[in-house]
Amino acid sequence: MDIIKALEQEQLKTNLPSLEIGSYVKVHVKVKEGNRERLQVFEGTIIGKKGEGLKETFTVRRISYGVGVERIFPVHSPKIDHIEVVRKGKVRRAKLYYLRERVGKASKVKEKLDVK
Amino acid sequence: MKKCILGKKIGMTQIFNEDGLSIPVTVIEAGPCTVVQKKTIENDGYESIKVGYADVPEKRLNKPEKGIFSKVKVSPKKYLREFRLVDAGKYEVGQEIKVGDVFEAGDKVDISGVSKGKGFQGTIKRFGQSGGKETHGSMYHRRVGSMSANTNPARVFKGKKLPGHMGVDNVTVQNLDVVRVDAERNLILVKGAVPGPKGGLLVIKDTVKGGK
Repeated sequence: MDIIKALEQEQLKTNLPSLEIGSYVKVHVKVKEGNRERLQVFEGTIIGKKGEGLKETFTVRRISYGVGVERIFPVHSPKIDHIEVVRKGKVRRAKLYYLRERVGKASKVKEKLDVK
Repeated sequence: MKKCILGKKIGMTQIFNEDGLSIPVTVIEAGPCTVVQKKTIENDGYESIKVGYADVPEKRLNKPEKGIFSKVKVSPKKYLREFRLVDAGKYEVGQEIKVGDVFEAGDKVDISGVSKGKGFQGTIKRFGQSGGKETHGSMYHRRVGSMSANTNPARVFKGKKLPGHMGVDNVTVQNLDVVRVDAERNLILVKGAVPGPKGGLLVIKDTVKGGK
């Protein structure tokens, strides 16, 4: 078991920002086009996290041209260059699946302001 | 057969490859194995090597087993397996076979082990047969189907698939990709699942499939 832990430990990223549910994030993904590599930004709200350790993933939801788009990223994937947390959300549950049924302003997550 | 090694299943995990894809891998602690005996054409009529794997305290062995190891001055091993390698003549008794020398990433291998015991199982789990209807008054849920035709042949053929003991069989998975070899820790990572429980003995050979 320790061998597996060690193997997974080697691949974990250390410089991750804290990814909280409801946060609005910009995920910079490496995209390969032929031989060139560029960064593509996918921004949206984190509506859920799953798994732990190396297997951890998070789901980002955004509305693109009126259509809801969700992308699931492995947290420790080398394809992710870096993640920017734009603002934190004020939420009361771990999975924000209720946002899928909401449209317009109702689908917004309120911003969480740091309490002094 | 060109390459062989014995190993122990550690478990499964996933690793990211250079393209950023996550690959499910089985981690196997392979070797180091020691050549215990070398069979030659003059002596035995064919060429092969017998290798031992996993050290075991000497008190665990009985007298005939002790004799095998004391004769060639090799520390006692838990498992012994014979391999008919093409280049068996190259090996010497007492020589260590390490995973780093034998396999490398990108190789294709066949892995054999003894599958997990499943106990007494019905035909649906054991042979993948389809069950009866669950509803509409069928009352024929997971039972065995027809045994055979009636008047002719008037008997049930041998080998008819029926419930019985499942598992604890020798199973070989062919053509697995070697994703990574860690020579320092004697590890070999192969893509996909291999038979047997964690800690079970595995025989790793180069594959019989494929062109080269």
